[in-house]
Amino acid sequence: MSGSQQHSRRVDTQVDAQYGIDVSRLDAAVLWRITAMAFRHRLRMAVAVVATLCAGGFQLLVPQYLGRAVDQARGLLAGAAAGEVARSAAEDALLTTALLLLGAAIARGSFTMLQNYQGEAVGQLIGYRLRLDYYRKLQSLSLSWHDRVHTGDLMTRGILDIEGVRLWVDTGVLRSILLTVLIGGGAVVLLRNDPVLALAALSFVPIVGIRASIARLKLRDTWIALQDQMSLLTKVMEENLGGIRVVRAFAAQAHELARYDAISDTALAIASRRVRLFVLSTTQMTFVYFLAMALTLWVGGTKVVAGEVTLGQLAEALAFMLILQMPVRQIGWMINSIARASTCGGRLFNVLDLEPSISDAPDARPLQVTDGVLRFENVGFRYPAAARDDRILEDVSFEARPGKMIGIVGPPGSGKTTIAQLVGRFYDVAEGRITLDGQDIRGVTLKSLRAAVSIVPQEPFLFTASIGHNVAYGDPWAGRTDIEKSAQMAQLHSYIKGLPQAYQTLVGERGVSLSGGQRQRLSIARAVLPDAKVLVFDDSTAAVDAATERRIREALREFTRDRAVIVIAHRLSSLMHADEILFLEGGRIVERGSHDALMQQGGRYAQLYELQARSVAGEGAGEGSR
Amino acid sequence: MSAPEKTPTAPHPEQGPGHAMGERPAPLAVVGSQVDQEEELFGRAFDPWVVKRFLEYLRPYRRRIALGVAAVLTFTATQLSIPLIVRAAIDHALAEGAGDLDLLQLFVGVFVGVVALNYAANHLMEATVSRTAQNLLFDLRRAMYAHLQVVSLSFMDKTEVGRLMSRLQGDVYALQEFLESSIFAIGDLVLLFGIVAVVLSLDTVLGGLTLSVVPLLLLVRIVWLPLARKAFMAAREASSAVNGALAENVHGIRAIQELGREEVNFRLFDAKARTNLNAHLLASKFTNVMIPIVDTLTGSAMAIVVVAGGSMVLSDRLDIGVMVAFLFYVQRFFDPIRSLTLQYSIMQRAMAAGQRIFEVTDVEIEVKDAPDAEDPAGIDGAVEFRNVTFGYVPGHPVLHDVSFKVAPGETVALVGPTGSGKTSTTALVHRFYDVWDGQVLVGGRDVRAVTQASLGRHIAMVLQEPFLFSDTVEANIRYAHVAATRADVEAAAKAVGAHDFILKLPQGYDTMLEQRGANLSLGQRQLISFARALVADARILVLDEATANVDSYTELEIQRALARLLQGRTALVIAHRLATIRGADRIIVLQDGRKIEEGRHDALVAAGGLYARLYRMNYASFDDIPDEEIAKATRGEGAT
Repeated sequence: MSGSQQHSRRVDTQVDAQYGIDVSRLDAAVLWRITAMAFRHRLRMAVAVVATLCAGGFQLLVPQYLGRAVDQARGLLAGAAAGEVARSAAEDALLTTALLLLGAAIARGSFTMLQNYQGEAVGQLIGYRLRLDYYRKLQSLSLSWHDRVHTGDLMTRGILDIEGVRLWVDTGVLRSILLTVLIGGGAVVLLRNDPVLALAALSFVPIVGIRASIARLKLRDTWIALQDQMSLLTKVMEENLGGIRVVRAFAAQAHELARYDAISDTALAIASRRVRLFVLSTTQMTFVYFLAMALTLWVGGTKVVAGEVTLGQLAEALAFMLILQMPVRQIGWMINSIARASTCGGRLFNVLDLEPSISDAPDARPLQVTDGVLRFENVGFRYPAAARDDRILEDVSFEARPGKMIGIVGPPGSGKTTIAQLVGRFYDVAEGRITLDGQDIRGVTLKSLRAAVSIVPQEPFLFTASIGHNVAYGDPWAGRTDIEKSAQMAQLHSYIKGLPQAYQTLVGERGVSLSGGQRQRLSIARAVLPDAKVLVFDDSTAAVDAATERRIREALREFTRDRAVIVIAHRLSSLMHADEILFLEGGRIVERGSHDALMQQGGRYAQLYELQARSVAGEGAGEGSR
Repeated sequence: MSAPEKTPTAPHPEQGPGHAMGERPAPLAVVGSQVDQEEELFGRAFDPWVVKRFLEYLRPYRRRIALGVAAVLTFTATQLSIPLIVRAAIDHALAEGAGDLDLLQLFVGVFVGVVALNYAANHLMEATVSRTAQNLLFDLRRAMYAHLQVVSLSFMDKTEVGRLMSRLQGDVYALQEFLESSIFAIGDLVLLFGIVAVVLSLDTVLGGLTLSVVPLLLLVRIVWLPLARKAFMAAREASSAVNGALAENVHGIRAIQELGREEVNFRLFDAKARTNLNAHLLASKFTNVMIPIVDTLTGSAMAIVVVAGGSMVLSDRLDIGVMVAFLFYVQRFFDPIRSLTLQYSIMQRAMAAGQRIFEVTDVEIEVKDAPDAEDPAGIDGAVEFRNVTFGYVPGHPVLHDVSFKVAPGETVALVGPTGSGKTSTTALVHRFYDVWDGQVLVGGRDVRAVTQASLGRHIAMVLQEPFLFSDTVEANIRYAHVAATRADVEAAAKAVGAHDFILKLPQGYDTMLEQRGANLSLGQRQLISFARALVADARILVLDEATANVDSYTELEIQRALARLLQGRTALVIAHRLATIRGADRIIVLQDGRKIEEGRHDALVAAGGLYARLYRMNYASFDDIPDEEIAKATRGEGAT
């Protein structure tokens, strides 16, 4: 990521959430870019294009040979009317034509195979490349961007849009070439024979072609409408089944069915309209095609009678119609694939061209961890797109030293979580700086920074893999003993051991479902496994009960002896033992000091303590008695 | 079906540390879901039971289907006759010397007539078949969905939503595809036999010679199909594996970045993407290898017609028009054969899908309204359990002989360790399940003697995890009582203290809750679910208190809202918070499905039983207490 180009670099923070859906249907630049990607596979594309040309050429030979065979069978080309010599010459000629016909058919088949295979291979290679690029890009884009986009939208891009781009080579590029060869070549051959007959035979091409294109685009619109409706229906069904207890609890089945029916009926109406459109267009195309055939028979027949063309030439014209029928119907399909590739490619490139706002500086070096001292120096922060005075944090300074614990507390929205995010450099500070062992975290590589700090998030994400995999997520090379030790610290080991497959038990739908507290404990185990120097607990024990939390704290004591710890919590018992407590309000530190000092001060902290002591009176009492 | 590839992983620590120290071992890492796909994709090609059930759904459309079949036959006949007309025109109007323009015009007229008929039949065919298939798809899905609304919760409990969804979608589509294709398959079959018959009747010898390529093609297809199908399935599985890994990258991005897994994951993803690439290339080879084979056979058939037919024409044993007709027919041989062999896979898929669909529609409804069920307008709000025994699995009761009474207006807290039967108790009040023995009475009536709808009206439930629908805030609050006015909704929201934050949402009460209220905090979701229960205005409230901690400010609001909600109602509360437990009129302590203590907080503490011991252990919720501690408490050696 070379830092400072002037040309229109789009950084992910500058793109708003409704980014770039309005890609126009046919964007030549996008299509060109995809085509260029295809031609990067030079050899395969060359083979595919040559094969397409050959396949078309050989296919053009077939009707000509058929026509010739008809004439030969009638003895016209053999010259004389009858006679044994002429007859055997005619039979020889027929044999030659038959062999040529067979040869042309085999050649056409082989070249078509080559064309299709190489076309698809190039498409698949492009798909593979795009998939990797897309995956990597998503990994590198900042969390603030990920927060703003819909996951479903990202999935659509990664699945359907890649598919749309991939098909472009085959259905867009190669098929256009084939169609041009067939129609162009066919027209030349037929026109040379007899212009009028040729026009009759080809009369269906423009009509069917245009009809097919219009129908395709209309079908596409109804398809999109249907998809929208179906995804609505899916949502309704999914929520109903997921919330079946609520539905039953309020006896809302009738209401739910009515809701379902309303959407389902609309969907059915669209689906029926789609069927009607489809039926209309296909039957009309067949109709026009057969009418053209009747016309050809009439015009050609009249000419045969008049002696202007031979019967063989009439047969040839009819045979041409036979081979042109399918490709012409596919014109609509091609037009669709052009539109699709353009839209899909546009949507895909929109993401691929984004620059992550958080990335390594050009001269970034790996972090040199010496003591593990984290400092916030007059840090100010606001979200990238926010207005100037919309500050989340203002003038926040503190120092976290190894073996010491900083507690951060404050009302919702006071900026607590933001501090955790800043430590891992998921956002950049707007003012001031954050250093780790004296190095500004913006000047070191992200990889080394994130290896040095471990953040236990508020809502842990568990992967659909075994519990062991989940614990080892941050350090996949960890040994078994280390993994178990981490789980022990998080007070989760004995629970895991009790599961039927212990650490190999799957997490999620088909495996165990963990409670909120267990998930948080797993997330703690995950965070202490890698050897990080700074640990940030971001409200990560909210669902863990106080007694278990205390045991976790005790278990971690040894571990945190040489590490800096930041605990963000709203339950004061989680952080009252901290060496320094920061009380945040409106993004500023309004009080700081030890628990005792703050209690004496009698300010916001003391008030909060009173509040909590009252609502969890029992808990407080028990705490004292132990 | 096994997961497509397990290469770069050593699944678990059990095998972990054994790796050599020297070179870097494979990481203990995977991307994408590790859950195997369980469902069979293909079944038997013909399953009479499935077909029979399927026909029931077809019955309403039988006239349309008959029409469709007739249309298909007509369509096929017209297609078949076109080369014959061309042949007749050539032989009778154009053959040597006999140029007859009138006759030619007659044939062209017939041609146009046949084309018109073809058009009509085609139209009718596509319209009836596709529309019926479409209707059927919606019918099947609705039948399944409607059935799921009434089947017992015990079925829903053990079936994952994802699995039901795949039946409601994928399986239904498989049946639609089957229906659409099977009628066209009839057409193909008729066309194939029609061509054979016409070709043989035109000229037996030439026909026989030409048709000799057909068995060859059939043979090739039969060998090819199972191999190709394997390749196609491998490609499909590889695709879903790649997409699953991508989904994980999208949903878990925060954890991935926080834990620095980008590099490892990318390498694993690359392996998956590469597998996918290769699987698709192989599948493509299988698809495309058929092209030259079919073309060669078509070419052979044409060559046979040219050589054999041509020489027969030369010796005047065959009309030239017949030869032309043959050349036309040869081009049409192969389409029906191709689609017919594909039909076999479609049928297999449809049978497997049908099996799964009808499994759902056949799930027995265990909890049904009795024929003479009452629908009382008002009840007094008393709840009583009389010697109730109940369980989910035969032989394993979770409640044993439980009896208690809740007087109208009383608040009773249910407490006890996880698995003690609290949730089952509340579920029985609403008759989500039927008891094995004993009786549950609501308002003095056995719950089996009244309609389920009346229970729904008189009992409001608040679940532990507030479940909101992706609808507006207002619709969510009104959910329990659709007829409630906006004023009712606002009054309820005000009463529970939700009004203020709702007004701060972008569109107030009309704000759409995205993804079930993901844009609200947990505390806010809870308040909305309280408001929902308040709008229901039921005599009886069943509440499963949330366990998760929220910040102290919200906590206070929730406690206040709860007090408002309990006012003037009979309440059965699965309580986790001490504040709630102590505020209850009475506490019932459950353990292992038995009621072991009952009374007020102070009395129970004084009595020094399980409750007192658990209370002194000072856990925020009894659910969190580790098993060994409970065992100790039960034995009477709890915390002192």
